[in-house]
Amino acid sequence: MFDYGLFRFRDKQDLFEKSIRYWNPDKTRFWLNAGIDLVIDRREGYCLYDMSGRRLIDLHLNGGTYNLGHRHPELVETLKGALDYFDIGNHWFPSVARAALSEVLIESTPGMAYAVFAPGGAEAVDIAIKSARYATKRRKIVSIIKGYHGHSGLSVATGDDRFTKIFLADQPEHFVQVPFNDIAAMERALSGGDVAALIMETIPATYGFPMPKEGYLQACKALCEKYGALYIADEVQTGMMRTGALWGWMTYGIQPDIMVTAKGLSGGLYPISAAILNERAGGWLHEDGAAHISTSGGAELGCIVAHKVMEMLHRPETIANARAVADFFREGMAEMIARHGDIMTGVRQRGVVMGLEFDHPEGAVFVSRALYEHGVWAIFSSLDKRVLQWKPGILLSHAMCQEILDRFDAAMPRARQLLREARR
Amino acid sequence: MTAHPHPDAPRIAVPDAAYERASLKIERSRWAAAGFGRLGRDQVARIVRDVAEAAHAHARRFAEEAVRETGMGVVAHKIIKNEACSKGLVAQYAAEDFIGPRIDHARKIVELPRPAGVIFALIPVTNPVATVYFKTLLCLMTRNAVILSPHPQARQVCTEAARVLAEAARAAGAPDGVIEVIEEPTIPLIERLIGDERVDLVVATGGPAVVKAAYRSGNPALGVGPGNAPVLVDDSADLKAAAGRIVASKSFDNSILCTNESVLLAFTTIADALLDELRAHGAHICTADEREKLRGVLFGEAGFNPAMIGKDAEVIARAAGFAAPGAKILVVPVDLVQPEESFVREKLCPVLGFARVAGLDQAIAAARSMMRHAGRGHSAAIHTRREVHALAFAGALPALRVVVNTGCSLGSAGYETHLGPSMTIGTGFAGGSSLTENLTPHHLVQYVRLAYNKEAAEVFGNFEGLDPLNLPRPERSRPVPVPVPAADDADAVRRELRRIILEELKAIMAA
Repeated sequence: MFDYGLFRFRDKQDLFEKSIRYWNPDKTRFWLNAGIDLVIDRREGYCLYDMSGRRLIDLHLNGGTYNLGHRHPELVETLKGALDYFDIGNHWFPSVARAALSEVLIESTPGMAYAVFAPGGAEAVDIAIKSARYATKRRKIVSIIKGYHGHSGLSVATGDDRFTKIFLADQPEHFVQVPFNDIAAMERALSGGDVAALIMETIPATYGFPMPKEGYLQACKALCEKYGALYIADEVQTGMMRTGALWGWMTYGIQPDIMVTAKGLSGGLYPISAAILNERAGGWLHEDGAAHISTSGGAELGCIVAHKVMEMLHRPETIANARAVADFFREGMAEMIARHGDIMTGVRQRGVVMGLEFDHPEGAVFVSRALYEHGVWAIFSSLDKRVLQWKPGILLSHAMCQEILDRFDAAMPRARQLLREARR
Repeated sequence: MTAHPHPDAPRIAVPDAAYERASLKIERSRWAAAGFGRLGRDQVARIVRDVAEAAHAHARRFAEEAVRETGMGVVAHKIIKNEACSKGLVAQYAAEDFIGPRIDHARKIVELPRPAGVIFALIPVTNPVATVYFKTLLCLMTRNAVILSPHPQARQVCTEAARVLAEAARAAGAPDGVIEVIEEPTIPLIERLIGDERVDLVVATGGPAVVKAAYRSGNPALGVGPGNAPVLVDDSADLKAAAGRIVASKSFDNSILCTNESVLLAFTTIADALLDELRAHGAHICTADEREKLRGVLFGEAGFNPAMIGKDAEVIARAAGFAAPGAKILVVPVDLVQPEESFVREKLCPVLGFARVAGLDQAIAAARSMMRHAGRGHSAAIHTRREVHALAFAGALPALRVVVNTGCSLGSAGYETHLGPSMTIGTGFAGGSSLTENLTPHHLVQYVRLAYNKEAAEVFGNFEGLDPLNLPRPERSRPVPVPVPAADDADAVRRELRRIILEELKAIMAA
């Protein structure tokens, strides 16, 4: 019996049945068919515990939501303290929590002027797009093929067909997609002078973290300037000290006009995201500040957790730890390629954002399963299943990194077997 | 907390950021320790040398700052200590190897050094910078990461010293975070940190409360007990030399080393002559009236007056209400050498108790009596030309080091003897410590032992020239897929079994 006070489940099977019946039949079945019978029960630090009690080390982090770990004690204590005083607040009025968090975000983000809050990444991307359209008086938005920016009205239109066609949400006349790392294609898309903004994940996550070619992002930014479009940096997965700086774009020497941050900003505890705007993009905040409204956008509880997240990210010890984790896996994965080069073909890495390449069109699906069987949870890239997303948390300890690598090494024979069977 | 008593009072409770930051420091140290353990002897030697040079170069600056911040000790003497605990230490252990394997052919054993890992080092207010230098260098020699936790009253100078050392270590190629410092130490914070399971060893130098806390922490600890050293001068001693050494030792850094002489026991036959010699070397011999004035200033209800720790003799005399111009130490004759006489307790200031003893037996009884209150397992000194006296004194006292014909401060601390030069003096089981000797690098490293079969037929391997940190890579065979279902993946096991059984059946059927 799994008794959660308000509800109970007889066993895991009971949960699967109810999940199929009431929640999401396809999603539930998908994982079961993939050999991943995970239902996350308890969670702590960088570990998840399945309903069976089995421990899994989390290298998925839900896209960096758990960058600082699950239920980090300092964040939990912060939220508990805030709950004795605040609630989500009233979005109509100025608020101490929103003002304070805005100040921290703007001080940490060169070139920016205002922070507009939302409860999740997709809505923040919508705000970014609306702000760019306001500033340029143009409608068109350019994004990358296989880019990913969320599922709300405007954000989903920037993304893959898989997520738009099914809901008739594609808007091809206003949303143009170009291949990644192709500067000429980018110039063709922007050269009409009718584009409001280019939106770019600094490193496209759902595409398996292909690295921008040398000079690519700078060239994109230069083209934006040349043709009067704004540059929106989607930092949902690359921000939060995950790529060697607070925001990934800082490491590429570009200056976006708008930046979106989400997931990890919430500490994994209270949903919050932000579109961070430069003076020009924030123009509408002077004309009609209530033109965009979000009841739970900038909920004060979320602001306080995010404030603590930002404080933690700025600590020298945090920065040093993130670097140590990145160095560890750089060396460790080079060694894994030396040992398992027959199936593992490459590593993409910037900081703790990593993609591991396998020699099979769906290689990462099998490797993910082999790792799952060996107590490690890492997810394949939805839009390039050759690549396993490898997303260690920035506060991982050396001991746990070593354990992860040992488990990875031990899982490779099993991965080899699954891949061999798949090839038959 | 919905109501707040004062408009300026905090309205919401927030986590203790000092603890959280310190906790991250421990993690950083763990990373450093992991990286440090992979460095070879040459790299480590360079780091140790460069850090020691940086420490040496700042010996004067930090001596001055330490005296200014703590109000204790003598700048000139602190410079000597800082120099001894920087380049002096490196010279002392230059010939020793704490990194390479030790091969013992006779016992068919190879020993591989295994550093402790993360060492949490508590730094006392009395010898702050010297102890920072000392513990840091010992840790570096043995490839340990160190977290320095200064006494709150020596926080600034220790933090600054740690920064200088850390920068030198970083520049010399040490792993990031190998030297960390707790910038804002408080007692509750330190108590929490020393019990953290990520700390491998606590090295506690300080008062009994700190040492006891270290041993209570649940982590391995090396602590020390308080000193209270008797010094005996018998009728065979060279009185002039003895008096000179005692005054120099007792005035060294104003008696702030825990090895300083507490009570001078003099054979009655030479007592007056010795007093004359002491006076000649700069001691002020107090009258009974001065003694009582001093008693009021030095000892209160709560014990020794901390404001007098490490102060100049003249300053102490003035505070007591009498003049002792130019005095290096104050000698206080007492009639009773028993714990109820406060002048025979530990005094971290240049005030020396003085008592006459009829002979060796009475000297031993007096020394044991004074150490009954404090000082067990610590230090003692004897000035003599008689081996029998030295041996009897050492054998009968609860001290773990008895230095002969030298000052106790620097003799017991290993600088004027061949004991290990140390700022951390083990006081053994008698003194509440697991450490019996002066702390040296040897205490911070353990060994993995590769032990061969004793039988003569089993030949010991040839390990000469093999570097455990840089072994030739094993030949790699082509990877072969091996089914390894996870232990609790019962379905997979069943499937695999079914497959094997079916294959077997097929083979049987085919046959």
